[in-house]
Amino acid sequence: MTQSFRLESGGLINRDKKISFKFNGKNYFGYEGDTLASALIANGVHLIGRSFKYHRPRGFFGAGVDEPYAIVQLYRNGETEPNIKATEQELFEGLEAKSVNCWPSVNFDVGAINNFLKIFLPAGFYYKTFMWPKSFWYKIYEPFIRRAAGLGTASIKHDKERYEHKYEYCDLLITGSGPSGLASAYSAAKNGAKVILAEDKSRFGGTLLTSEVNIGNQSGKEWADSIISELKEMPNVTVKNRSQVFGYYDHNMLVMSERISDHLPKTKKFHPKQRLWYIRAKEVLISSGSIERPIVFGNNDTPGVMLSSAAKEYLKVYGVLVGKKPLVFTNNDSGYETAIEFKKNGIDPIILDTRKEPQSEIIEDAKNMNINIKNSYVVVAAQGYKKVKSADVAKISDNKEELGSIENIECDCICVSGFWTPTIHLASQSGNKTKFNEDIDAFVPGIPKQNEKTLGAANGIYTLEETLKDSFEKGNLLSKKITNNENKISFPNVVEKKSTVHDKFWCVPLPKGKNYKRFLDFQNDVAVSDIEIALKEGYRSIEHVKRYTTLGMATDQGKTSNLNGLQLVSKIENKVVPAVGHTTFRPPYSPVSIGAIVGREVGKHSKPTRKSPMHSWHEKNNAVFVDAGVWLRPRYYKRGEENLFEASKREARNVRTNVGVCDVTTLGKIDIKGPDAAELLNRVYTNAWLKLPVGKARYGVMLREDGIIMDDGTTTRISENHYHMTTTTAQAANVLSHLEYYLQLVWPELNVNVVSTTEQWAGAAIAGPKSREVLKKLFPNSDVSNESLPFMGYMEADLFGVKAKIFRISFSGELAYEINVESDNGYFMWEKIIEAGEEFGIQPYGTEALSILRIEMGHVAGSELDGRTIPYDNSLEGLLSKKKDFIGKRSLSRKAFAAEDRQRIVGVVPLDKKTSIPEGSHLVKDSNAPLPNPKLGYISASCWSVEYDNPFSLAILKDGKNMIGKKLFVMSPLKNKVIPVEIVSSHYVDPKGERVRS
Amino acid sequence: MLHIKCPHCGMRSQNEFSYGGDATVKRPELGKEISDQDWDNFVYNRKSLRGKHWELWQHLSGCRQWIKVQRDTATHEIFKTLKANEEIS
Repeated sequence: MTQSFRLESGGLINRDKKISFKFNGKNYFGYEGDTLASALIANGVHLIGRSFKYHRPRGFFGAGVDEPYAIVQLYRNGETEPNIKATEQELFEGLEAKSVNCWPSVNFDVGAINNFLKIFLPAGFYYKTFMWPKSFWYKIYEPFIRRAAGLGTASIKHDKERYEHKYEYCDLLITGSGPSGLASAYSAAKNGAKVILAEDKSRFGGTLLTSEVNIGNQSGKEWADSIISELKEMPNVTVKNRSQVFGYYDHNMLVMSERISDHLPKTKKFHPKQRLWYIRAKEVLISSGSIERPIVFGNNDTPGVMLSSAAKEYLKVYGVLVGKKPLVFTNNDSGYETAIEFKKNGIDPIILDTRKEPQSEIIEDAKNMNINIKNSYVVVAAQGYKKVKSADVAKISDNKEELGSIENIECDCICVSGFWTPTIHLASQSGNKTKFNEDIDAFVPGIPKQNEKTLGAANGIYTLEETLKDSFEKGNLLSKKITNNENKISFPNVVEKKSTVHDKFWCVPLPKGKNYKRFLDFQNDVAVSDIEIALKEGYRSIEHVKRYTTLGMATDQGKTSNLNGLQLVSKIENKVVPAVGHTTFRPPYSPVSIGAIVGREVGKHSKPTRKSPMHSWHEKNNAVFVDAGVWLRPRYYKRGEENLFEASKREARNVRTNVGVCDVTTLGKIDIKGPDAAELLNRVYTNAWLKLPVGKARYGVMLREDGIIMDDGTTTRISENHYHMTTTTAQAANVLSHLEYYLQLVWPELNVNVVSTTEQWAGAAIAGPKSREVLKKLFPNSDVSNESLPFMGYMEADLFGVKAKIFRISFSGELAYEINVESDNGYFMWEKIIEAGEEFGIQPYGTEALSILRIEMGHVAGSELDGRTIPYDNSLEGLLSKKKDFIGKRSLSRKAFAAEDRQRIVGVVPLDKKTSIPEGSHLVKDSNAPLPNPKLGYISASCWSVEYDNPFSLAILKDGKNMIGKKLFVMSPLKNKVIPVEIVSSHYVDPKGERVRS
Repeated sequence: MLHIKCPHCGMRSQNEFSYGGDATVKRPELGKEISDQDWDNFVYNRKSLRGKHWELWQHLSGCRQWIKVQRDTATHEIFKTLKANEEIS
């Protein structure tokens, strides 16, 4: 296959390295340094997709980030990615891409019938049409719209690529490596400032790569190359290509996405595909340049109509002709540069200039080269369907309202230049109130809100000399302030062609009797007529017009369409553009992959996984784990073919009859020290703490200020001024913050220190009637009798050479102990317990058995202390001290909290003693009552009682106090269950609590 | 992301901190009689101010100190930060 549109020589591509690629199943080749777009154009491929709404043929419009059309589905190394701009995607060996938004193929697209139905698809079509009948939405309208629309298909496979995040600080962040970026970076770097220079494209230099200028006796490109290579050598400078600064956030933080591997056939081993940089910059210099503006005319979306600057870039960077019979349609001097470039390469362009008698150096050059120039001429409409074949042109009157007679000129591309629009997105995101510059018909940054300055073309400065001067100076001034160092650079001699003023013309009137579509937004198919309809229908605010018509809402975010849309609205409304205002610029500037945003925090890496020191023992003994917050806890230990239900019952039963051991390392632990420690506890817990003796533990409940229970746990007095507090696994961090809040802000006079020791201690709970026997074997030298170590007692002991703390506390309701050793000794302790317990039939038990044991005992836990209940609701009102004040006490006297029929915890047993009760079910009086059936309460926790061998649940029930013995129904519409139940005491087993004291 | 100057540690990113609400609210003294209305004002009622606002942050992933921050709720500008024991002036 020959590259019929590639020039014999020229461009910045590497002609020694051919690269083969596939587009829509066909093989082509290009060169190293090509983009997919330049390689396709070189091969004469101009039809790349179909438009979003009307499915009109789409070609290439730009040569970079502003591209509205050329969006493809990319295939790389077995993965696929949608929404890739062919103008940005660099060519690599084996690249495969497909058109999107067309079916069955780009050449024959069924959806293109929309193009002929367009009279029925005006602005707001979707809003108006798919409203009724309502039942059609899910089954007919939505699937149809989804199939017809869309810009590619996201992969549903797991993304194997790695994405990284990086945090960086710098003195100056400079966004864009055109003349202003290079000059400011250079002068700032010379002053010793820490500089990051970011370039979106693979090549540095911006417009210097394509413009005919001379800086210090070098061409623009040579100068850019020399500056870049010098910057790269400097230790205080980071130079990044393929890096797009896409968002400007608060306090001068900017986010940049670096495409590290997208241009390679495959990501190198240990390399990320992309890297997201969070950059906190002292100063930001926005040097993002400007984007050429289209002129609006009939059928201006036909493939072959493109920006004149893009045509020039394809020529100068890639050695590619976008056409062999070009028409240049311009209202300013930029079009002439493109025409001259064509002419230099042996192609005869025709220039249509909307201006009557413009005069400048560049125009003079064009004339001297014998380029055909037609003044006061416009393109009325492009002709051709899948590619421009000719153009209808006409003379236009001086007032730009009357068209002369239509002539037809044969051409294969129309290069359009409607002057330039500064890229002000970053400045606007930063909070800069932009202002309208009449000279260039565009918005430019105004007064900065954060530490940002905008340079060069992005600031509406269009001469190289002025740009360089200003940028050298700004870079120097800003860096000097930071580094207190000045290294003045002599300003190079600049040679550039002078241009003259542009024509404020932007939209060609329709000829009489013709109804050509004149597009404003090329990606979303928004035409002049759509905006007119929206305004006729009463939409006024530019934000509303945008949403109703979808102008500027596509993935290109209106980079080429916004200003023309504003011009149109202001013309119809008879307002000036600044009065209409522009829509809000929001990050990202151009699409960023979800992978880059997520980074490494994927799946199991989204949070750290915490494991107890005994984890490997659990693994070896067939534990099945469950996530408990960020912890992994054994849920049960599987024996043979057991399932969860069988295993948990076995483990719980073994605790009730023999002895079990449970890993309780995950419990939150807080060390509290200081002479006022008891006073602190007395204020944050609801019960009395001042008289707790040394060596004793006490159960406590703490409230929030609003009276709701925050957490519960036991706290032990280790010595006179030293306490050991435990919290639930889930609330550990919150409780610590809670204590710190009161100590630091409310009662700074209390002399207390708190610190988390959760990780410092490994914990094992030994529970069951035979637990004391196990303890005796573990601590043969200590007296662990009921007299010496009673219920809620504490002692320190020696566990075969390891210091251990023994707490006689119980969550299971059985005689039980908790042993803590320093974490490093956790595994040793666990093995010793298993060894010592063997003769008593010890078995490890997991969280499921733990739940059974606490539920049938009526011990409240997280499912009852759920942020909605007060102490009374959990039968904990006995712990409310009447003698002292404590956090949250005042709230308990509020009316609803003191109501007679207040909700309260109860036990629930199914009448048939067989049917398990789903957690979350509702309790109702009458299962046949009309809906909505009044809810009396809800099931908070369910288990299979091993004591009675039947299901048992806890519930929070309205007027629970007076409901014991009543018969109600449990209803679970989710599980489609209705279960007749009896309400019993929540203390189903050992209601007097004799076992724990035995 | 905000950049907050912890009076103990210096400039740090927002993701090291957690927000703690209005810094001008004073907890009523323990054991003191208080009307329902005053108690409600302490527990629940907050103004949603636009503009300068003193608020609490805890340097959770840093020194764990609660600090006072004067921030503009509309522009996010931070004017001043104080230690927990320093009075708002």
